[in-house]
Amino acid sequence: MKILVTIKRVPDPDTRIRVKPDGSGIVTDGIKHSANPFDAIAVEEALRIRERGVDCEIVVASVGAEDCVEQLRVGLAMGADRGIWIQSDGDLDSLAVAQVLAALCEREKPSLILMGKQAIDDDSNQAGQMLAGLLSLPQATFVSKLELTDANSRARCGRETDSGIETIVVKLPAVITTDLRLNEPRYVSLPGIMKAKKKPVENLKASEVAPLAKSRTHLVSMEAPPKRKAGVRVASVDALIEKLRNEAKIL
Amino acid sequence: MADLKPLAPHLIGGNFLLHETDTQNVFTPEELSSDLRQMAETAGKFMEKEVLSQVEALEHQEPGLAVQAFKKAGQIGLLGGEVPEEYGGLGLGKVASVGVSEQLTRLGGFGVTCGAHSGIGTQPLVYFGTPEQKKKYLPRLASGEWMAAYCLSEPASGSDALAMRAKATLTSDGKSYVLNGTKMWISNAGWADLFTVFAKIDGQHVTAFLVERTTPGLSVGKEEHKLGIKTSSTRRVVLEDATVSKDQLLGEAGKGAYIAFNILNFGRFGLGAGAVGASKDLLRVAARYAGERSQFGKTIGSFGLIQQKLGHIAAKIYAAESAVYRTAAMIDAVMETGELMDSMNPAFPRGLDEFALECSIIKVACSETLDRAADETLQIHGGYGYTEEFPAARAYRDSRINRIFEGTNEINRLFIPGLLMRRSQRGRFPLMPAVAKIVKELFDLAAPEEFPDPLRSGRSLLANAKKVALFLSGAAYQKFGEKLIDQQEVLAGLSDLIIDIYLAESAVLRAQKHAGKADASGSHATLAAIAVNDAATRMENTARATLASWAEGDELKTQLGIVKRLLRWTPLNATALKRKVAQRLSEVASYPALLRA
Repeated sequence: MKILVTIKRVPDPDTRIRVKPDGSGIVTDGIKHSANPFDAIAVEEALRIRERGVDCEIVVASVGAEDCVEQLRVGLAMGADRGIWIQSDGDLDSLAVAQVLAALCEREKPSLILMGKQAIDDDSNQAGQMLAGLLSLPQATFVSKLELTDANSRARCGRETDSGIETIVVKLPAVITTDLRLNEPRYVSLPGIMKAKKKPVENLKASEVAPLAKSRTHLVSMEAPPKRKAGVRVASVDALIEKLRNEAKIL
Repeated sequence: MADLKPLAPHLIGGNFLLHETDTQNVFTPEELSSDLRQMAETAGKFMEKEVLSQVEALEHQEPGLAVQAFKKAGQIGLLGGEVPEEYGGLGLGKVASVGVSEQLTRLGGFGVTCGAHSGIGTQPLVYFGTPEQKKKYLPRLASGEWMAAYCLSEPASGSDALAMRAKATLTSDGKSYVLNGTKMWISNAGWADLFTVFAKIDGQHVTAFLVERTTPGLSVGKEEHKLGIKTSSTRRVVLEDATVSKDQLLGEAGKGAYIAFNILNFGRFGLGAGAVGASKDLLRVAARYAGERSQFGKTIGSFGLIQQKLGHIAAKIYAAESAVYRTAAMIDAVMETGELMDSMNPAFPRGLDEFALECSIIKVACSETLDRAADETLQIHGGYGYTEEFPAARAYRDSRINRIFEGTNEINRLFIPGLLMRRSQRGRFPLMPAVAKIVKELFDLAAPEEFPDPLRSGRSLLANAKKVALFLSGAAYQKFGEKLIDQQEVLAGLSDLIIDIYLAESAVLRAQKHAGKADASGSHATLAAIAVNDAATRMENTARATLASWAEGDELKTQLGIVKRLLRWTPLNATALKRKVAQRLSEVASYPALLRA
């Protein structure tokens, strides 16, 4: 079977993020970037499926400017077989990305599409659901447990919901989005990095793969969250209760 | 020795003193490929998760813990970078190794464990082993399945390593050697599986042997109670009639000194690279604390004297890092020529030997940079820095060993001018003609040119500083002749000049190479300017004190006049420059981010 895993290039979670003074976005000059952590979990899951004995090809794909190839290489270094970089120079919104990926799926025909549940840069949590919708495929989102069953024709998925783990079975091909607790991604080993240099990365153009894909939402402005004020020290439990009741009004 | 092939001027060890180096001929960290950055990142993540998360337990030597982390490092390829691919390593060069070394030293003791293993522990085999020896041991060392240790020092011979007493005696059947002696301060001794032991055959001929841990007659002493690097194991290694097969002899009988000293070059380089990494980590710790700690109603990071410290350390790191990458790429370039030195059998790569001087410079400069960084980080933490609750105290203790091992900084300072003189005598390095030329031109040499761009002025100053170093060498030789070797203070003074020149020049070349590229905050130019400005004052003081140690009266006055003219420098506003760096650092939080932004 073929597993397609998507990887988005995002600012590194440990980077100190600053909003541009004109509110047009965050300062990206010189900041470190990484593969979206939820996407790394998706790559790891694909590798584990293979290591559990399922014969599969693992393809990683990314939509973006040329620098996203760096994050594709991370997926390849972890163990994926080949990469597809879909070149898009402007920022695409979730639906446009889903349209591009849908066109890619029509071409690649993967049996399983693994995606991070959301990207940590915009936290939209939409592309996976939209992709499943566009392709009319079953979807399982926020998956923290995944098991292929019925001769790898179905996936039994534990979904993290507010009320607990919901287990559903989806028929493949399907779109599955990964949650934090699904696994802990392996280190990108040095031998893996060396091997990744020799793995193929195909370059496609978003405008050719999906000519009709276009963004329908636009960023109007961005502002930094207000700075946290210093806390206060209370003298006694009673004073604390008094403050929680009358000041914070949460009791 | 067969004649060495001519190399490009910038690829000849020590030649930076005789020539101007073009920016195109220096490699800078900004040029690292994304896969090398990724490797360093893997090492960084590994350190966060497996090592720094359990510092306490590691520092208390909880049994098995350090070895476990070591083996994990091996599994993801952090220990086999410089082992050839055919023996299970990655076949990478020095440039590639720096980023990984920089991360592993974020816990000093763990850095020593890994550095002693992959550096002086494994490299003797890589460069001097027979194919059979390599096949037998390298795959296990590259993967971390086995740990290696290097046994040179003895209770009575540290700096004077060749005065060792350990003996090797060929058995009467001619098939084995019997080793006897005690080796001291052996890193990894408690856990190592393979020891490279130096001993004298018949009490005379220094020779290296590969001795497995299980060899009867090999035992180790108890753990030393050290000031720092407590995560690492340091013990004595005792050999009592330890018998090894003749096949375990490494290199050639009686040629062990070549192995010992050539491997030390790379050991010194690796130590320097690691010290830069540890310094960067400390700068991050110091900057963060300065941004969090408030006194007099504002963060201490907003005060001038704290900013001065942060800016100063950042500039020292910048210069040290620039010198490390510059040298790494030069070593790789000479390694790639494949040229061999046939002074022993098997012949060894010229790249191992060519930059002995630069490796010593890096050892001294980077270990002292780390010392300064650790000292100031502790100082910025005030009373808290003096407690074990903050990482500064541990870093302060861990840093200290770097000035001692791999040749004390004093030994390295003597080595630097000593090597130039030896290479000159052997016709390998044209020191004497260069000195003669300078002495002839001395009274016609102009003061440095001044430009609006401090980096251009800096280049001109450094070009003159090289002339001062040559002039001092010549004057010292004229004064002391062959006895110059006994004038340790003079030699160290020359060394200090040479070190300042190499570091400041590396910083300026890097900033000039980066000029016009993404550096909105101007950090590169600022850091290089601080580095060269600091060096300017120091170089003049060094030169003056050195001259005054032998010359007097009118002769001294004339010579001081020459130094004054050649090293004329209008001081930059270092206060403003350091403040600028510190303010920028408070926004971006780390040294690497300082240079990216």
